[in-house]
Amino acid sequence: MRYAETGFNLEVDLTRGNIERVATDPGDTELYLGGLGTNAKILWDRVPPEVEPFSPDNLLIFAAGLLCGTPATGCNRTIVSTISPQTRLMAFSMMGGFWAPELKYAGYDKVILRGKSPDLVYLWINNDQVEIRDASHLQGKGAIETSELIRQELKEPKAQVAAIGLAGENRVYFASIEQSKSSASRGGIGAVMGDKGLKAIAVRGTKDVNIAQPVEFLELCNEVLEYIKFREENPIPGVMPILAGLGSPQEMKVHDEKWHTENFMWGNSRVRKKDFWNEEIAKEWTDTMENARRRLISCFNCPMECGATISLPGLPTYMMKCFTKLTYAMAAMSDLDFGLRIAQRATEYGVDGFSTPQVMAFALELYENGVLSDDDMPGMPSDTEGRFYWLLDKIVRREGIGDVLANGTYWAAKEIGNGAEAYAHNNIKKHEQLPLKLSMLNPIYFLMYATGEKINITQIEGQFPQAPYPKREQREEFVKDWFQVPDEKFKQYFLDWELRGEKSIPYYPTVEMTCDIVDWQERMHYIDDALGMCAGLSSFPLKPPYHIHNYPKFISSGAGIDMDEAKLTQAAKRYRTLVRAVNIRRGMRRKDDKPPENHWKKRFPELEKELLDGYYKFKGWNNDGVPTKESLHELGLDYVSGDFIKRGILTDNGGAPSKETSAENEKK
Amino acid sequence: MKGVVTVTGGNKKKKVKTIKIDTDKCNGCRACEVICSAFHAAPKYSGNNPARSRIRVIRDPLADIYVPVHAGEYAVAECAGREKYTIDGKEYDECSFCRASCPSRPEFKEPDSGLPLKCDMCEGEEEPLCVKWCMVDALTYEEREEEAEEQEEQEELEIGLESLADKYGMQKLKDAIARMSKKD
Ligand code: SF4
Ligand code: SF4
Ligand code: SF4
Repeated sequence: MRYAETGFNLEVDLTRGNIERVATDPGDTELYLGGLGTNAKILWDRVPPEVEPFSPDNLLIFAAGLLCGTPATGCNRTIVSTISPQTRLMAFSMMGGFWAPELKYAGYDKVILRGKSPDLVYLWINNDQVEIRDASHLQGKGAIETSELIRQELKEPKAQVAAIGLAGENRVYFASIEQSKSSASRGGIGAVMGDKGLKAIAVRGTKDVNIAQPVEFLELCNEVLEYIKFREENPIPGVMPILAGLGSPQEMKVHDEKWHTENFMWGNSRVRKKDFWNEEIAKEWTDTMENARRRLISCFNCPMECGATISLPGLPTYMMKCFTKLTYAMAAMSDLDFGLRIAQRATEYGVDGFSTPQVMAFALELYENGVLSDDDMPGMPSDTEGRFYWLLDKIVRREGIGDVLANGTYWAAKEIGNGAEAYAHNNIKKHEQLPLKLSMLNPIYFLMYATGEKINITQIEGQFPQAPYPKREQREEFVKDWFQVPDEKFKQYFLDWELRGEKSIPYYPTVEMTCDIVDWQERMHYIDDALGMCAGLSSFPLKPPYHIHNYPKFISSGAGIDMDEAKLTQAAKRYRTLVRAVNIRRGMRRKDDKPPENHWKKRFPELEKELLDGYYKFKGWNNDGVPTKESLHELGLDYVSGDFIKRGILTDNGGAPSKETSAENEKK
Repeated sequence: MKGVVTVTGGNKKKKVKTIKIDTDKCNGCRACEVICSAFHAAPKYSGNNPARSRIRVIRDPLADIYVPVHAGEYAVAECAGREKYTIDGKEYDECSFCRASCPSRPEFKEPDSGLPLKCDMCEGEEEPLCVKWCMVDALTYEEREEEAEEQEEQEELEIGLESLADKYGMQKLKDAIARMSKKD
């Protein structure tokens, strides 16, 4: 018997309309766990670098994490992996909600889609019965609307539906997949779904998920619940409210937006409004939120209530979470009411709440600076808010300038030319980032921005405080119950970290310490993404209930795989390296490992070089960022080095690459 | 809900176990379903499957409907007439509040055998586990003692026997009682 996982994947060929249930190899679970780990293995094995994102040969994988569907609190992530049309690298966005556990109860760990359907279809998975159904009547429908319509026509209110909106259908490079209050947004995976002619996947399951050592497992679950209670009662002092507690940033609960509105940039990530927040605005925005918010809601099996249903007069109800609350408002230099209203339309269209507002602000900046003219924007209203709605519609319909903008700021700037590239200033690896511009380089964040392959800072940071505490006593207090550290040395790193003087950024933490810190933070995210755990209870907040010490026990007693900290660390390193290998094979190199040029005012090229050199070495990568033959061997990834050598990416003696390829040049 | 009624020996006291449900506090997470089905797995916690849970959260997020319902009695036939409630402007579907395991719907039945499920207040546990796992207090638990009334007890007994007679037929029931009395 298989535990925690079902041991079966669904293989769906959309070209031929063929569906197969395929048993998986338990050996792969030991090596790559599940979720992201086994997704990376499948993409490596089956999607060679010649495959274009919009090729029928690109795969779109929906995976439930290894522990999804077990009673482990907050373990509900669906990890969607494919090759991104925007970055042209591996995308592995995840979504919370209810979909992944339902897939497990239906008897599957993954749905692997290939090919392209000639007509728009949706997939209906009802335990053993799986069918491809016509979706022509759903064409152009909103993502949430589609979910409701599908539930109604199937007469199955309990079906969980992941759907794309118009943006996905039209292959917008930042189209999302929406489901319940959650979405898999980053990397444009909704566009790949649309390209495959797949409008939605509905799933309903009524089977068991088995646990290997039931009593031990339940005890661990209860400990987690106890600790969540403790952390709710004991928020971390000395940090801003959204970092003090657990869960995704509690944007639906917290009304005090001083920190976001005054520290994050407005417009096209340009303007900082230092004294923006005042009593009047606080009152207005609080009223807006309280009137719009109908109820705080959670994902499957989690008490944290990070999302909310939002009902605004005259608009259909939708669900929201996190920072999308502010991204539209701030990009348009507007207010919360506007932000919540346009987010309703954007959610139905199915677009990423980070990239979309920035693309629109970018377009307006180009227009204001004469790079785009009235000819490019026929009929555009004169007020910024009206312009945002206008641009959103153009983009998701790919009409006129919208067709160019729908590829994101990087590709749009290239196409527009005329100096537009300088305005696409907030990207990493062609992907729009959070609107943050800071002063002094922070070595930890430098490495995270440069090398995080999920290309989103929130998907690598978390375990180590973002900044030092001013007083030593405060730091001593902080480390007292910091048992989540993998090693005591991290406490010392933090204790010695000062705001000013010798032991402050950018030279402290030292290169060596920085490598340790970044590696630990990244490792926890990768483990979450394989297990299906919400980062909000694990890798993202300080002092979370899940950590490197209890995870091995969860895996041993849940999945029946003999696990300890060293083995788990090694497994995470294995599939993290495999993700890198997929990207290296697609042309990614050291030159791509960098933060946005203007992220910090004060830069230190020497130090940055040392950091990158040090980290590559620490990770077992050569100076160009390619995993070495030896480190691949140590991870049991000889098949990767074999391929690298064949392709001339590594030489036989494991040395430097012969010639450089670039992800950019690969675009036709 | 009013829970299982147990009569404590001799002193005519009975324990009333009540789970109070605050639908305003429910966030729709279904943790209650998870732990209930895990607890009732054999062996205990060896698996879980919300479809086997004895509590179901009737939810429709866009309509803001969240109703946790505990499985009650088995019903041989569905109701002749059904009700739709409107509360605070929200219309609740027929059967939303009903606790019966009944032929009209899949709720409260084992998914494979179709056998009825009934909440047993987590026999043997200190408190009902759905309550323990509902950390937002949509479910809370209360226990109190009440004077036992013979009358009521009698009624309960008769209702129970009647439903058994319905299910198995009077003759079978008589035979079973006869057999049991011999054993005593
Ligand atoms: S912590 Fe928040 S985002 Fe994470 S699973 Fe719970 S409700 Fe969902
Ligand atoms: S555990 Fe509580 S909040 Fe969650 S669905 Fe059940 S009753 Fe609602
Ligand atoms: S009290 Fe126990 S048996 Fe009844 S619904 Fe709750 S968890 Fe299930």
